[in-house]
Amino acid sequence: MNIVVCVKYVPDAQSERAFTEDNTTDREGVDGLLSELDEYAIEEALKIAEAGEGEVTVLTVGPDDAAEAVKKALQMGADKGVHILDEAIAGSDAPATSLVLAEAIKKIGSPDLVLTGMASTDGTMSVVPAMLAERLGLPQVTFASELTVEGEGVKIRRDGDSSTETIESSLPALVSVTDQINEPRYPSFKGIMAAKKKPVETWGLSDLGVDAGQVGQANAWTAVLETTKRPPREQGEVVADEGDGGTKLAEFLAAQKFV
Amino acid sequence: MPATRLMPTEIGEDLIELTRTICDRSLRPKVDEVERQAEGGEVFPREVFAELGQAGLLSLPFPEEHGGGGQPYEVYLQVIEEIASAWMSVAVGTSVHSLTCFPVATFASPEQQATLLPGMLSGDQLGAYCLSEPQAGSDVAAMATRATCDGDGWRLKGRKAWISHAGHADFYTTFARTSDDGAKGVSCFVVPADAEGLDFAPPEKKMGLHGDTVREVFFEDVPVSDDRRIGEVGQGMSIAMAALDSGRLGIAAAATGLAQAALDLAAGYATEREQFGRTIGENQGLAFMLADLEAAVTSARATYLHAARLKDAGRAFSRQAAVAKLVATDAAMRVTTDAVQVLGGAGYTADFPAERYFREAKITQIFEGTNQIQRLVISRDLLRPRSHRRR
Ligand SMILES: Cc1cc2nc3c(=O)[nH]c(=O)nc-3n(C[C@H](O)[C@H](O)[C@H](O)COP(=O)(O)OP(=O)(O)OC[C@H]3O[C@@H](n4cnc5c(N)ncnc54)[C@H](O)[C@@H]3O)c2cc1C
Repeated sequence: MNIVVCVKYVPDAQSERAFTEDNTTDREGVDGLLSELDEYAIEEALKIAEAGEGEVTVLTVGPDDAAEAVKKALQMGADKGVHILDEAIAGSDAPATSLVLAEAIKKIGSPDLVLTGMASTDGTMSVVPAMLAERLGLPQVTFASELTVEGEGVKIRRDGDSSTETIESSLPALVSVTDQINEPRYPSFKGIMAAKKKPVETWGLSDLGVDAGQVGQANAWTAVLETTKRPPREQGEVVADEGDGGTKLAEFLAAQKFV
Repeated sequence: MPATRLMPTEIGEDLIELTRTICDRSLRPKVDEVERQAEGGEVFPREVFAELGQAGLLSLPFPEEHGGGGQPYEVYLQVIEEIASAWMSVAVGTSVHSLTCFPVATFASPEQQATLLPGMLSGDQLGAYCLSEPQAGSDVAAMATRATCDGDGWRLKGRKAWISHAGHADFYTTFARTSDDGAKGVSCFVVPADAEGLDFAPPEKKMGLHGDTVREVFFEDVPVSDDRRIGEVGQGMSIAMAALDSGRLGIAAAATGLAQAALDLAAGYATEREQFGRTIGENQGLAFMLADLEAAVTSARATYLHAARLKDAGRAFSRQAAVAKLVATDAAMRVTTDAVQVLGGAGYTADFPAERYFREAKITQIFEGTNQIQRLVISRDLLRPRSHRRR
């Protein structure tokens, strides 16, 4: 089973989020890392590959530093990496990102399974997996909290608010996984050493046959006009209990329409 | 706040990141509870060492050909420091394990290394270092445990004191007297845990470092084959001292990590605790105290790294290692003492780890050569007759 895992390099959620002048996320002034939600997809790919035969390729689209995300995945145990690096891609929206990913996956080969996280921890749009499946003509099986490979297909569990669905799909397919699906491993020292010898390819748009006019901020379908910092949280209301604490609490909750 | 580090290699950087991940995921969530449970010495965090072993962190400074990580001390010690900032007992245990492998990795024959090291460095095994005896602490040459030749092997008889990991270790790197010729009459043996006649006293009740179980070890005519004797007969004392030169760097690094943890706690508290209508950190009297602690931690780190670089370069480093142990452990004692002070009454309670750090710091001034013994090592080296004065 050949698996491609799409991963994203994102600003560290622990550090302050900043925006550049053109209202895109500042990716230079902050520490970045492999999006934590993608670690679940890598772990799931490694588990499937370890249970049978196969190869796990990690794919990222991003600036120079995004090579860090590929490296981390290789340290965890993925076999090879592909980094799509092209200045023209900066500021791309989800349709353009999915186009680049789709062309890269076609160039890698035809995998049996494409895995992604459920969302990126910075954009949190969750649309790239669906768009990517559409572009590749693959069944899209999203938000899997359990994944089993059965014969020629896959079966997933999707936990909804009111019901749990079991969904079956033929292969090849695209599956996005949630943070409930597994407990991602961390690399071992052996993994760190081994990763240094694993192949990583770096491709530009021309390698993929994608025209620069199809991607980038200038060609995005949407534009962010303005960003405003969330105001600091206001001090809560303190209720002193003078025998009527319960009543005051109920009044507060009612006023906020909680009860 | 994680310490600022300049690692010499990319592998070194990745190792620090891996160590921080393990500390956050596996060590910090458990340390308070396990240290409390281990107070009587009955609980030992063996599974934590298993996890470090699996990740490859228990054998970093040893040759790759035998399963080690092939890392310089400059990198290995900073990993120890990171572990100590999360869990002191585990950092000390990791350093002690290195101490137990050192004699084999440095003084054993190639055949012995090929047989013994793969297991010792696999990450599955944990070692104990049996040097001290009740009557022979600082004065190790006063040791009385005896190894008697019986045909092709040896029989060990005697008693070792304050042995870390005793009862939990897989092997015991043991020093015993093979003749009455003082320091020249000691030899080194690696005794497997299942050896007949190896017995243990109940765990010592200690001031702190509860996750490090310490007991007396009894050797009651323990048979040890000659292929488990490391180095020459009579070479034991110099093997023990060479191991301690390196081991001291591990303790210096661990003490630095402990001090860093105490400083981080104190600095964080000082920005939150309010008295007289402002945070306590806004008082210069307290802010300067924190600045002095930062200076102490930073110089401790610089001092052990200097000795490590000398060692990695193959230069003499014994005096610098003793200086590092002295400076870093005294820094740890001071920083943890002042951290309790910064936290005030809260610092004295078990609600915060300041009091635990304080108790853990004390032992670093005592084991692997008390700080008086470090001064002995330093001054003897300074006053050693030399043909030329070196600068
Ligand atoms: C938690 C813990 C773990 C340990 N783990 C191990 C282990 O794994 N393996 C092992 O072999 N040992 C271990 N030890 C033993 C430790 O190394 C000794 O306790 C230490 O070397 C000091 O020896 P001592 O306790 O006999 O003190 P002593 O030698 O009796 O010293 C008492 C005091 O006298 C001072 N003193 C002694 N000689 C001189 C001198 N010449 N000049 C000036 N002052 C002097 C000392 O500095 C000290 O202050 C451990 C001890 C503890 C508490």
